[in-house]
Amino acid sequence: MAEENPDGVVIGLEIHVQLNKLNSKMFCACSTDYHNSEPNSNTCPVCLGLPGSLPVINEKAVESAMKVGLALNCDIVEQTQFHRKNYFYPDLPKGFQITQYDYPIANDGKIVIESDEGEHVVRIKRAHMEEDPGRMMHIGNIEKSKGTLIDYNRSGMALLEIVTEPDIRSPKESRRFLDKLRNIIEYLEVFDSNLEGAMRVDANISLQGGSRTEVKNISSHKGAERALLYEIMRQKNIMRRGGEVTMETRHFDEEKGCTVGLRSKEAEHDYRYFPEPDLTPLRVADRVPKVTKTLPELPDAKRERFLSQYGMTEMHAKALTSDIRVSEFFEEVAKEVDPKTSASWVADVLKGELNYRELTVDAFKVEDMISIIQMVTQDKITEKSAVEVIRQILDYGGKPDEIVRENGLLKVEEDVVSKAVTETIQENEQAVNDYFAGKEKSLNYLVGQVMKKTRGRADAKEVRELLVDKLNK
Amino acid sequence: MGEPMNISKIKSEIAKTSSEEVLNSYLEKINKSKINGYSTVYDEAVEEARDIDKNGHDGILAGVPVAVKDNISTDGIPTTCCSRILEGYTPPYDAHVVERLKSEGAIVIGKTNMDEFAMGTSTETSCYGPTLNPWDTGKVPGGSSGGSAAVIASDEAPVSLGSDTGGSVRCPASYCGVVGLKPTYGTVSRYGLISYANSLEQIGPLANNVSDVAIMMDVIGGHDTRDSTSVSQKTNYQNTLKDDVNGLKIGIPEEYFGEGIDPEVEESVWNAINKFEDMGATWEKVSMPNTSYALSAYYIIAMSEASSNLARFDGTQYGYRADGDNWHVMASRTRAEGFGTEVQRRILLGTYALSAGYYDKYYLKALKVRTLVKQDFENALSNVDVLMTPTMPTTAFKLGEKIKDPLSLYLADVNTVPVNLAGVPSISVPCGFSDGLPIGLQIIGKHFNESTILQAAYSFEQNTDYNAGRPGEVE
Repeated sequence: MAEENPDGVVIGLEIHVQLNKLNSKMFCACSTDYHNSEPNSNTCPVCLGLPGSLPVINEKAVESAMKVGLALNCDIVEQTQFHRKNYFYPDLPKGFQITQYDYPIANDGKIVIESDEGEHVVRIKRAHMEEDPGRMMHIGNIEKSKGTLIDYNRSGMALLEIVTEPDIRSPKESRRFLDKLRNIIEYLEVFDSNLEGAMRVDANISLQGGSRTEVKNISSHKGAERALLYEIMRQKNIMRRGGEVTMETRHFDEEKGCTVGLRSKEAEHDYRYFPEPDLTPLRVADRVPKVTKTLPELPDAKRERFLSQYGMTEMHAKALTSDIRVSEFFEEVAKEVDPKTSASWVADVLKGELNYRELTVDAFKVEDMISIIQMVTQDKITEKSAVEVIRQILDYGGKPDEIVRENGLLKVEEDVVSKAVTETIQENEQAVNDYFAGKEKSLNYLVGQVMKKTRGRADAKEVRELLVDKLNK
Repeated sequence: MGEPMNISKIKSEIAKTSSEEVLNSYLEKINKSKINGYSTVYDEAVEEARDIDKNGHDGILAGVPVAVKDNISTDGIPTTCCSRILEGYTPPYDAHVVERLKSEGAIVIGKTNMDEFAMGTSTETSCYGPTLNPWDTGKVPGGSSGGSAAVIASDEAPVSLGSDTGGSVRCPASYCGVVGLKPTYGTVSRYGLISYANSLEQIGPLANNVSDVAIMMDVIGGHDTRDSTSVSQKTNYQNTLKDDVNGLKIGIPEEYFGEGIDPEVEESVWNAINKFEDMGATWEKVSMPNTSYALSAYYIIAMSEASSNLARFDGTQYGYRADGDNWHVMASRTRAEGFGTEVQRRILLGTYALSAGYYDKYYLKALKVRTLVKQDFENALSNVDVLMTPTMPTTAFKLGEKIKDPLSLYLADVNTVPVNLAGVPSISVPCGFSDGLPIGLQIIGKHFNESTILQAAYSFEQNTDYNAGRPGEVE
């Protein structure tokens, strides 16, 4: 069955991925760690665009871009070239952005995503390298600001702009695509999606019979679905009222969750692209074999391996490989304890607790997970206690054995329970008689007595069964 | 008539007295000068001279004052491209060439006057007013490195650096009767040179003689990782210069002796060629058929690149800033008030040439012409070792004579711009006088073959006396 798309929604995405795991910027040696730095501290004449400064290509950035291109099944161009995109904006220190134009590093790739009718191919048109502008901070709000501050720490950060063909048919599909893209790029160790501004999306969207609009400023993969849902609704309503959707660029207001018109396409800038004279064309074809060798196992391949190597369920394999850190965490745990059990604990329990707290798996130690699972499999604690321990660690920290001890979570050994049951039967003749006389409530009393003797550490259900067992012997 | 100064004389002078004294005598001369050769005089340089006197320095330019064109970044010394828009801008870093000069003990004595953003042939578009030609103060010194040439001729510095985008070192060298070299593209790092037209320009030295130019090239040349277009290795021209042109094959491109050439200039250049023949060289005529298209192609490429290079001057970070209610108004006004007429003209023309719908017609076509011009040089230089032409078709013209007619100014560059399109090296050496004004001979070589043109120029200088006199103090 084909995915239902009665409105003829066509979506194409342009995704800016910041290669934020590089040590230095795209065209200079400045540090890329702008999140933890004083504003304008990671700058030099090059990324400030000072007169006389010249760009030098960061070879590592080129190789990272090639890695992404290869992982997205793209062809890597023989020789790549940088161009200047000329426009004036306060965050753009040179008055132009160094980007790529007719010789992007990668062309013609694809990503296969799941859709409701099975696999769906989203073609990648191209991926090109460019530099990030600075970051503007408005004093007060954007409309009535007393002034604007510019932080050039971000200026010159290496970006990869990935452009899809218009193959996406719904906001849900765009979310799946972006999740998959993010997942793949994270596997390549070139990008950390958790940093602010790491992934920014522009979306081109049209409905059957309408013009295309471009929605800019979607600052996360999560925002994309919301922006598209709003934009489809807006376009549908215009058409329903008999109006015409005009070709324009719209701005996504993250706070309000709506899109706002910016400028019509006719008033589009003429960017006057021309080859960057300060950089010579760069032959990259020779490097493809070398870079291909550095490609890690990608999500799809890893999922297949998890299925065959560990015999886990499809659902677990998917959950564990949808985040490279989680997959690595799982494999560490699985070295020590049964993989299927580990898969269940990591995928079903830990991931859920982490998501609930908006934490990443880095917040939890492999050794703690191992020791918790071992306590369960060795019957020292109940599954319920194990979940409790995980929560405690996430909320307050601490070591599993300490938490178990301090909270008295250790299961009582069976002979102790058994002894307590025998004693209770002997010591409570009246209650035993009442039980045989058909007074069911007296059994509750007896359970209570056993629990008292074991100071509550016994499992009440087990105690009840044991009592019935012994009484009826 | 004064006597030209040179590096070795300066060094013996320093040995006899001190770097500080030599520097001070230069500063005194500069203060008395009327030619307006400097945009900024760096009096604080005395500290560096004292330091060298105190601690010694084994660099080849130890204690030697050097004048640096105002578009080459100098840490702590204003660098304004002689434009109002860079008013108050002091770079926080040294250009590669300045680092090299300093590491050899040279002292930057000041920044030299130039056409605003190196756009001109007369040094009249400077926001600090024109530099006067020391040989005749009613004449222009040439441009755009007019200050760098004039201060050598008037002995306000022994050596200097200029930049040559379409003749900006060779033209003023010719008009001021000094030696100026435009190195092969990629020989000298452009890191720190404020770009006018990146794909065309090189920093080049100016001096009173060829040996000093060779020394300066050895100091400033060589690979620099910060300039991706820098390719060459370190050189040792100063110790390999010989007075020997035996067997040198000279090509004379007829196209460079065309319409507009002053008969006396033509005669002087032919006398020079005959002199080379007397010294053991041979010459033949060569054809460079695409020369007539070079000038238009050059201006389209230069202006296109300039329109982008100069976009950064918007008042946001540094330099002049106009008032405005918002950024767009502020930036527009800054550019309208900060840039001079000629710079604005070139930005507008360059923007036009790069615009959608015109790109193929102008910029792309200019690049094709550039390829043809390059081929002309390859063909011509496959049969001969060097090409010789007049550097400029005339001697220095009157101040104010051409400034109102940009086209006539552009035409003056006809013999120098093809060299920049091709990227080959070229040197201008004095080869005569007309009405007391110097005439320059241009010697063009093959890519990275500076040694041949330096040696030809050196031999010519050793066997002639066109370079023996100086105009003396200009009062």
